[in-house]
Amino acid sequence: MTLQMIDIGYLFAAMAFIFALKLMNSPLTAKKGNRVAMIGMAVALGVTLFAPSIKPQNFIWIGIGLAIGFVGGYFPAKRVQMTAIPQMVALLNGLGGGAVALVALFEFLEANHLGHTGASVQSVTTVLSAIIGSISFAGSMIAFGKLQEILPGRPIGFKGQQGFNLALVIFIAALSLAMLAFGQTNVALFIALLAASLVLGLTAVMPIGGADMPVVISLLNSFTGCAAGLAGFVLNNNALLIGGGLVGASGFILTLQMCVAMNRSLANVLFSGMGSIVAATGDASKPQKQPKSYSPEDVAILLSNANSVVIVPGYGMAVAQAQHQAKELAGKLMAMGVDVKYAVHPVAGRMPGHMNVLLAEADVPYEQLYELEQINPLFPETDVVLVVGANDVVNPAARYDKTSPIYGMPILDVDKARTVIVSKRSMNPGFAGVENELFLNDNTVMVFGNAKTTIAKISTALDQY
Amino acid sequence: MNDLATLIPIITIFILAIFVGLEVIAKVPQTLHTPLMSATNAIHGVILVGGLLILGKAEDFGMIALGLAAVVFGTLNVVGGFVVTDRMLEMFKTKKRGGSK
Repeated sequence: MTLQMIDIGYLFAAMAFIFALKLMNSPLTAKKGNRVAMIGMAVALGVTLFAPSIKPQNFIWIGIGLAIGFVGGYFPAKRVQMTAIPQMVALLNGLGGGAVALVALFEFLEANHLGHTGASVQSVTTVLSAIIGSISFAGSMIAFGKLQEILPGRPIGFKGQQGFNLALVIFIAALSLAMLAFGQTNVALFIALLAASLVLGLTAVMPIGGADMPVVISLLNSFTGCAAGLAGFVLNNNALLIGGGLVGASGFILTLQMCVAMNRSLANVLFSGMGSIVAATGDASKPQKQPKSYSPEDVAILLSNANSVVIVPGYGMAVAQAQHQAKELAGKLMAMGVDVKYAVHPVAGRMPGHMNVLLAEADVPYEQLYELEQINPLFPETDVVLVVGANDVVNPAARYDKTSPIYGMPILDVDKARTVIVSKRSMNPGFAGVENELFLNDNTVMVFGNAKTTIAKISTALDQY
Repeated sequence: MNDLATLIPIITIFILAIFVGLEVIAKVPQTLHTPLMSATNAIHGVILVGGLLILGKAEDFGMIALGLAAVVFGTLNVVGGFVVTDRMLEMFKTKKRGGSK
């Protein structure tokens, strides 16, 4: 196959990617969109295998690599729980970033070997894609760790972290300039550059709270796209240029839309982490009102006496996998003649739409799902609201407290209901790191423990009524 | 080694791709944010094309190891990304059948 025919294949793939993204703007055509993107990818990869530059004896390695990647990607992706999707996306994005960095390293070593020196567009883009790819790799791994709860979800940092990060950025910039000035000859400099970029990825994401991880992943997704596009300059490859450029730009737009949904600016998401650490330690010294703690049995009595119940799912439900128990409980209540609704906050969970996916998995009928604007007017007439592992999305401070990091975010007005039951693991603040006065209200009762066990206990206790 | 004549078409393609990317995501309903992120995540797995090209031209063992790692990472990104997106959208389909606006 000639280079021209390969490029025609890439053109087809590029058209497929663009068309796919277009189809993904609407829920009705989204699935088709994903399929179209798959076809585009298959064509891009298929024609690449005919590239004249591929040595016949290396096909065995290509086969091995593709086989390992396919098996390692297909089965976990098929089996992963819907609750674990956010960290899965983070992990996959990190691997993509890692692949870009590896391609850049390879091209650097090769150019070095061939004695290509001096600053050229290729050397500049090699350095850039190596930096961005490494940041994306390291940052995504931290995001994965936080979402998988290997690392704590709260912001982690040290004093002067922002200064440190700034210094690191300057160091990376200086190193890049030095490299370009000396030409691509110093392998040690390039490795140092990769290492510094990895560290920057770690220290930039560490201080961001778990609740903001969707935005971070989306931004890093855009970064990986950008890096892949830059790698297209290095390899002079249209598939990379277009695919990478598309994702770099569309990923960025998506990131901004996510920030708008949370009523925050991107800068606020990325740099406010340190502030909340300070606030959290300051609050601890204040004397606090004690919340009312109920047993699951007491909660069952409350529920059995209600005429209308609204269930508010949050991230806690996702981690505990409690959606099936919640549905079972709802089923029992409905059998007793109680009106049951689910209130889905757009950013509940760790990704927009996270709760819809979970509840759909538990086969909760769509008619029972209510969006923010639909449900808020109904809270004053609701007897009992059962909050399952949600926190920031029901924090009344968002309505009036201008100093709160979540001020201005639209919330579910659960505090207006007659009784609020909150199932939560502990009194720890949510991922935004803010205290929630809702838990201390007179009409709020807390039931502590893992959401799945708690809901199951309530459900069992309910059998007596 | 990149003279202007070969460089300008590349820059043109890249810039136009960015503009299309900015335009193609118009007003996405919030429930589609996650699947869309996941789909774009799969699409940047196109770096696998780069992985295949470098592994294809690798000469010594060290370079083959580098290329192999890039191909494995890239394949994981592509395959995992598309499968996860597909599963997510499967959920939405069930939801939509219940009737909506």
